[in-house]
Amino acid sequence: MTQRLEVVNEVTIRFAGDSGDGMQITGDQFTNTSALVGNDLSTLPDFPAEIRAPAGTLAGVSSFQVHFSSFDIHTPGDSLDVLVAMNPAALKVNLGFVKPNGIIIANTAQFVSKNLRLAGYAEDPLQDGSLASYQVFPVNITELTAHALADIPDLTAREIERCKNFFALGIVFWLFHRPMEHTIRWIEDYFTKRRRPKYVAANVSALKGGAAFAEATELFATTYEVRPAPLQAGLYRNLTGNTGLALGLLAAATRSGLQLFYAGYPITPASAILHDLSGYKRFGVRTFQAEDEIAAAGAALGAAYGGALAVTGTSGPGIALKQETISLAVSVELPMVICNVQRGGPSTGLPTKTEQSDLFQAIVGRHGEAPLPVIAASRPSDCFDAAFEACRVAIKYMTPVILLSDGYIGQGSEPWRIPSVPDLPKIDVPERPAAEGFAPYLRDPDTYARPWAVPGSPGLEHRVGGLEKSDVNGHVSYAPDNHETMTLNRSKKVALVAREMPPLEVHGDPDGGKLLVLGWGSTYGAIRTAVERCREAGQSVSRAHLRWLNPLPEDLGDTLAKFERVLIPELNLGQLLTFVRAKYLIPAIGLHKVQGVPFTASEIQSAIEELL
Amino acid sequence: MRSAVASAGPALTRDDFQSDQDVRWCPGCGDYSILAQVQRVLPELGVPKENIVFISGIGCSSRFPYYMNTFGFHTIHGRAPAIATGLKLARPELDVWVVTGDGDALSIGGNHFVHLLRRNLDIRVLLFNNQIYGLTKGQYSPTSEQGKVTYSSPMGSIETPFNPMRVALGANASLVARSLDRDTKHLQMVLKRAHEHQGTAFVEIYQDCIVFNKDTFAPLTDRETKDDNVLYLEHGEPMVFGKERDKGIRLDGLQPRVISLTDGQHSVADLLIHDEHDRYGTLSDILATFQERVGFPRPVGIVRNIERVCYEDVMLEQIDKAMARSGPGDLAALLAEGDTWTVGPNGS
Ligand SMILES: Cc1ncc(C[n+]2csc(CCOP(=O)(O)OP(=O)(O)O)c2C)c(N)n1
Ligand code: SF4
Repeated sequence: MTQRLEVVNEVTIRFAGDSGDGMQITGDQFTNTSALVGNDLSTLPDFPAEIRAPAGTLAGVSSFQVHFSSFDIHTPGDSLDVLVAMNPAALKVNLGFVKPNGIIIANTAQFVSKNLRLAGYAEDPLQDGSLASYQVFPVNITELTAHALADIPDLTAREIERCKNFFALGIVFWLFHRPMEHTIRWIEDYFTKRRRPKYVAANVSALKGGAAFAEATELFATTYEVRPAPLQAGLYRNLTGNTGLALGLLAAATRSGLQLFYAGYPITPASAILHDLSGYKRFGVRTFQAEDEIAAAGAALGAAYGGALAVTGTSGPGIALKQETISLAVSVELPMVICNVQRGGPSTGLPTKTEQSDLFQAIVGRHGEAPLPVIAASRPSDCFDAAFEACRVAIKYMTPVILLSDGYIGQGSEPWRIPSVPDLPKIDVPERPAAEGFAPYLRDPDTYARPWAVPGSPGLEHRVGGLEKSDVNGHVSYAPDNHETMTLNRSKKVALVAREMPPLEVHGDPDGGKLLVLGWGSTYGAIRTAVERCREAGQSVSRAHLRWLNPLPEDLGDTLAKFERVLIPELNLGQLLTFVRAKYLIPAIGLHKVQGVPFTASEIQSAIEELL
Repeated sequence: MRSAVASAGPALTRDDFQSDQDVRWCPGCGDYSILAQVQRVLPELGVPKENIVFISGIGCSSRFPYYMNTFGFHTIHGRAPAIATGLKLARPELDVWVVTGDGDALSIGGNHFVHLLRRNLDIRVLLFNNQIYGLTKGQYSPTSEQGKVTYSSPMGSIETPFNPMRVALGANASLVARSLDRDTKHLQMVLKRAHEHQGTAFVEIYQDCIVFNKDTFAPLTDRETKDDNVLYLEHGEPMVFGKERDKGIRLDGLQPRVISLTDGQHSVADLLIHDEHDRYGTLSDILATFQERVGFPRPVGIVRNIERVCYEDVMLEQIDKAMARSGPGDLAALLAEGDTWTVGPNGS
């Protein structure tokens, strides 16, 4: 039998298995190789909050979805072309996402009565005909892995078993004509660093064994090729949002000449930022794992007071704890950046899943009149730019800035065109005030920023604190008029940040039309894809995406007024929607989803179609 | 860590450390004396004024920085240790002091307090202990004695108080000291010793809140009674106290005993000798229990003083090591780290 080679434009694969099956590594490897062969891509890792939920259960399923293409894409894909199911639970949880006639590769070794029961299957779905509308490839991955590793000495059954994810990856590599060198190099590097040389041979054999098996057995009648995507010229790497965020902070430190100080307390999905920055000591980055989020925010504020580029990062519950400190930062007008990699709430909520439900908390979550600029990243590669911009604005206006990311873009990845360092804007740090005529609240008439008079500067000794301060001289003051003046000054300063924003871009019909889809943050990809699809179908729909949520762009009102209707999709129950309705007095329509997963483009597409 | 640079300018005086703000504590409050002693001691320390920073939480005591003509930051209830930590890590050369109250440090800020001591940053912590909530007008605090009648405990507080010294020792504080607002010379001595110390220096200062907890410490400060109730610790010296220096502390197994030096049965040779440097803190732990023992004098002075590595020194060492190992960071190289690929002008 000769295999047919089919060239396709895009493919979505999900690797799914037990938490201990190594699905995140498998997906990561497939992603990196796809990036290296020049595809555009977008990923969606999804794992349970429990480190090792009971084996074989639905709760223990961990998956990694990757969408790769020969054209420009913006989402991890709505439905699956290929599902790799390492056990019945993985099949059960993910089957609903597989396209009709989609490929299912199932590890038959795990389809035994106990696991079928744990997954809630009365009959073996591989046998009972229930999967007739899919292309099912039953493979005894566990046993075949053992065969592939037969020549490697000193491996326990458990160690062999643990290589099966690479066997599965080998099959998929072969199916999509992907080179294996990159993953082989990764395996060598990973296990050599951990001083486990025998695992190098084992995993490489598993990987090659998978590919050889797929080739020799003629299991697949068709193989597929996805050609490189025509990306903008440049040097690329694959980047997760969290790493992009860390790099953006570091770049801002470099371009401002300030010391980067980062304080955090471990929390999913923000910990990676602390991990990454802790590894940048050679850049002089100072990181601090605090005793809690309150202390992390406090330490960042202390560092800001000392003149550092101070940053703290966390996720929803941690932001709640930091708010009192952020209020103090608003009051003492010191620059700092607070990163919130949002997750599903309230409370511990869905710790490993995504949501956009902290917008209220970011904009109005403090006590007193405590406004601050809020910026949101829209995709993994944008986390770098958003972090850089947050730092720039914090320093220029002497204000805390909240930077919103979320679990989806923080942990997801896509190709990133690596910027040239000299081309990054330089961040001007306001000069230290002169001792002569110094006053702690003497504002820059242009930015309303107060001077950054750091300890150690002779003649600038002064006192700051959370008690209201008299305008200009900064003495404690409870005077009624003064409090109003200072409250207005602080709010005016934040309003001035709107000047930093380029004109709002409307994609579609800039002069107006029937429907505008307005988004913010990580809904970017799904909205863009949905609007593009609708426009290709001839529908009058446009889109705009907000980078700053506070203040809102000065031209937003005019833009909204040009459209008959405005749709705001959010992974919450309508938070931006509330602000837009209140501020512009328009009957904007919300599209809400709070399932811990991002919108698919189709969901937004249907909502658009319903409105047109 | 502190920079070794001493002030190059003219010698400073107490006046140089007074800010232009009116001090607004209640007349007669013990805070006045503490402020005065700090302002007297600072000129002798040789630290340039601009390098000194006072960071406080919230409470009457925490208004302290406003009255000091140094850098000052009046922060949030309980959080001064966290903010001081960030400042010290960003600027290890600064001379950082934390001013806090018993509610501030031991109730709302208990977590930050113990972690600061545990990490041992080179910071001085002055805890003004008045055994009451002053600023909020007189509720019992975590150091108020059990049974204390206050607005929030009309039938007496139910809680067992914290012994701040035991908390500090439990957190492995490297310098633990105690002094009294009224004992000005002693307080000055303790402040100087705290400043000399490299590491977190914890100083508990008994402070009279004359409005809500008047005379709580009178037995320890009144001329007639204080010598019989206070044990002045001196390193290497036997533990003698009493108006006539007629009493002492002896160890009986693991239990300390107050003994008379005039009963013909004991002499100074029987007494415990104070050792600040007792590495494992056995002696300091025993001394800390005196406040719970009936008939025992309250130890004041330097209870414990050991050398421990400062957090910020190791942090800087690690940075130096990382730089030495791989050279100073190259941002362009880092951005392009890992697997990269090039897309040509035609999209190839
Ligand atoms: C978050 C918060 N909760 C409560 C308060 C109110 N508050 C201010 S000072 C204080 C207690 C202060 O007691 P202490 O630390 O003993 O200081 P003192 O006033 O006695 O010097 C309290 C409860 C506050 N400022 N902030
Ligand atoms: S209330 Fe007490 S502690 Fe506060 S200023 Fe008055 S006397 Fe001092």
